[in-house]
Amino acid sequence: MTAIIAADRLTIRFGAVTAVSDVSFEVAKGEIFGFLGPNGSGKTTIIKALCGLLTPSEGTGRILGMDIRKDAAEIRRHVGYMSQKFGLYEDLTVAENLAFYAGVYGLDGERAEERTHEVQKLTGIEPYMKRRAGQLSGGWKQRLALACAIIHSPEVLFLDEPTAGIDPVARRALWDLLFQLSGQGVTFFVTTHYMDEAERCGRVGYIYLSKLIAIGTVAELQKLPEANPAGTSRVQIDTANPSAMLDTVRGMAGVREATIFGRSIHALAETDGLGALRAKLPQARVETIEPSLEDVFVTLTYQIMEASR
Amino acid sequence: MRGLFRGLVPVCRKEFLHIVRDPGTLFFALLIPILQLFLFGFAVDTNVRQIPTVVLDESQTQESRRLLESFAGSDVFALRSYATSPEGLYETIRSGKARAGIRIPFDYARRLQDGTTATVLVLVDGSDSTVAGQAMSTSTGVALKESLVRVLPDGTLPIEVRPSVLYNPATRSANFFVPGLIAILLQVMIILLIALSLVREREHGTLEQLTMTPVAPLGLMVGKMIPYGVLAFGELCAILTVMRVVFLVPIHGSVFLLLALSAPFLLTVLGVGLVISTRAHTQAEAFQLAMGTILPSVFLSGYIFLIENMPLFFRGISQLIPATYYIEILRGIILRGAGMGELWVQALVLTLMGCAAILVAARLFVKQGAA
Ligand SMILES: Nc1ncnc2c1ncn2[C@@H]1O[C@H](COP(=O)(O)OP(=O)(O)O)[C@@H](O)[C@H]1O
Ligand SMILES: [Mg+2]
Repeated sequence: MTAIIAADRLTIRFGAVTAVSDVSFEVAKGEIFGFLGPNGSGKTTIIKALCGLLTPSEGTGRILGMDIRKDAAEIRRHVGYMSQKFGLYEDLTVAENLAFYAGVYGLDGERAEERTHEVQKLTGIEPYMKRRAGQLSGGWKQRLALACAIIHSPEVLFLDEPTAGIDPVARRALWDLLFQLSGQGVTFFVTTHYMDEAERCGRVGYIYLSKLIAIGTVAELQKLPEANPAGTSRVQIDTANPSAMLDTVRGMAGVREATIFGRSIHALAETDGLGALRAKLPQARVETIEPSLEDVFVTLTYQIMEASR
Repeated sequence: MRGLFRGLVPVCRKEFLHIVRDPGTLFFALLIPILQLFLFGFAVDTNVRQIPTVVLDESQTQESRRLLESFAGSDVFALRSYATSPEGLYETIRSGKARAGIRIPFDYARRLQDGTTATVLVLVDGSDSTVAGQAMSTSTGVALKESLVRVLPDGTLPIEVRPSVLYNPATRSANFFVPGLIAILLQVMIILLIALSLVREREHGTLEQLTMTPVAPLGLMVGKMIPYGVLAFGELCAILTVMRVVFLVPIHGSVFLLLALSAPFLLTVLGVGLVISTRAHTQAEAFQLAMGTILPSVFLSGYIFLIENMPLFFRGISQLIPATYYIEILRGIILRGAGMGELWVQALVLTLMGCAAILVAARLFVKQGAA
């Protein structure tokens, strides 16, 4: 596979703070790559480095074959970016915002008109063209931000927490748009801290404390040996009152983690102890299951916290 | 070359839109300097005339009355009240009813006739040094003139100095202060507007978005400068009109040259505003930094204190302040009718300062990375 985005041992320091530590990954054409991590884990910093806005302290990266250290200006012409804060001018109308970004990306009159028409149709923002951006609802603002970010038909799109603070319907509509674009060959790099959003991505990277801890498809991650330590099983305990039982389960010998998941408890327990567990909870139904993505990341995070202790 | 200023046109167009979308800010930005011009223009009158004066004439003779007439004729002293005792004289000054006092002793006329020195006491309230200085020199002048007239047989003075003030014949302080005020008012308005405009983008996150586009730092900076430069020119024209029509300050030189040589100053203050905007993270911070530029520009630019009278250190500092050069240009053209021949150095220095400020701002901006 020819990588559209490639990070090679990227390390970025701000003075004494290491914001990104030794991160490597590749993203193929048309892929939607999800980047999951808590606040302050280094997601935005990686995007800035890949767009050539920050020079990495160590390591390097390539976008569409161009070196992020040398070709920053050229990279920016082929890359779209939607920031956490959307980057819209609220006192300008939707049309003026689009025209501004078309101008900034150097589209000439005819091409600008053509592209404006295309992104209008794609995002469905046509009826709002004359409205001030500040008067749009959150969902429409976000679509306008996307429209601005793709006005120059970029081959790569970086979306930094695109759905933060958006209602579920708008979130789904945005994801539908992303899939549509990815079908046209656009490569995506999407950061998020929503687990369900990560699950929509073709491949997911999990970054924690500035290190990339795991990377792969959802199925690959669920089978990671680190997430399924030898001799343990992931079980779902269905019971009438899970919250009342949680402490009991947590206190049992052989139970490593337990948490409430909807109307049941998910636990990581030693396989040998499963019989004893079932015996102690006669009213509950105990089944072994595949770990969810959240289970995987929680287990990995615990292991790191333990190792660093 | 085009790449260096990439994005200039769309940024410039967008910035104009911001300005017209916010007519309230525009209105105040243009109105406030004019109001301040009225306020300061009328308040600052350093010409000392008609100092309220109290008189104690113990002599009560023809000679003493002649001397008092001389004082009154100088236009500096206004003989307002008469005291009957030395205590009364002091009290009137202490209470602030008079700022000067003249005491002519009992023996004034007798001593004049005897040919011994007659002493006249002039008391001056020193709390305002300009008033005090003017009162002292005028009273010395009056005494000198009266003495000479008495000494000389036919009463004609051998030498008469007729001071004639060039360029500002009425020595009206408005003529001197209003041109300087233009520099200060324009500077504050421009630095604030452009610095706030960039910091607002930083706060709203649009700056971060912009840095991810191919916009070049110089394209962004110059694109933002053009609309505010245009605004500043409009304001300058308005201020000049008020100066001419309301304060009756004539413009002796070429108005066209005045406008042309204002461009390098506007360039410099726009650049300073941009540098400030790269240092400030919030609008409040930008506001404080912009206000910080006012004091040196008022006190060290020659606007109030003559640069020639400053200690060497401050004289050096004054040469680093853009307003110093612009005030020289303004006073030169407005008061003396100076031309390009006399003012090209100032214009050149300002142009260089302006370019340097813009380059520094662009560099700081790149160094910062995004937001
Ligand atoms: N310009 C900067 N100067 C200093 N520290 C920074 C800067 N930008 C980010 N950081 C630090 O780097 C770390 C990662 O930040 P960021 O990439 O924004 O995280 P995320 O986007 O995952 O929330 C944080 O600890 C943050 O404080
Ligand atoms: Mg972030």
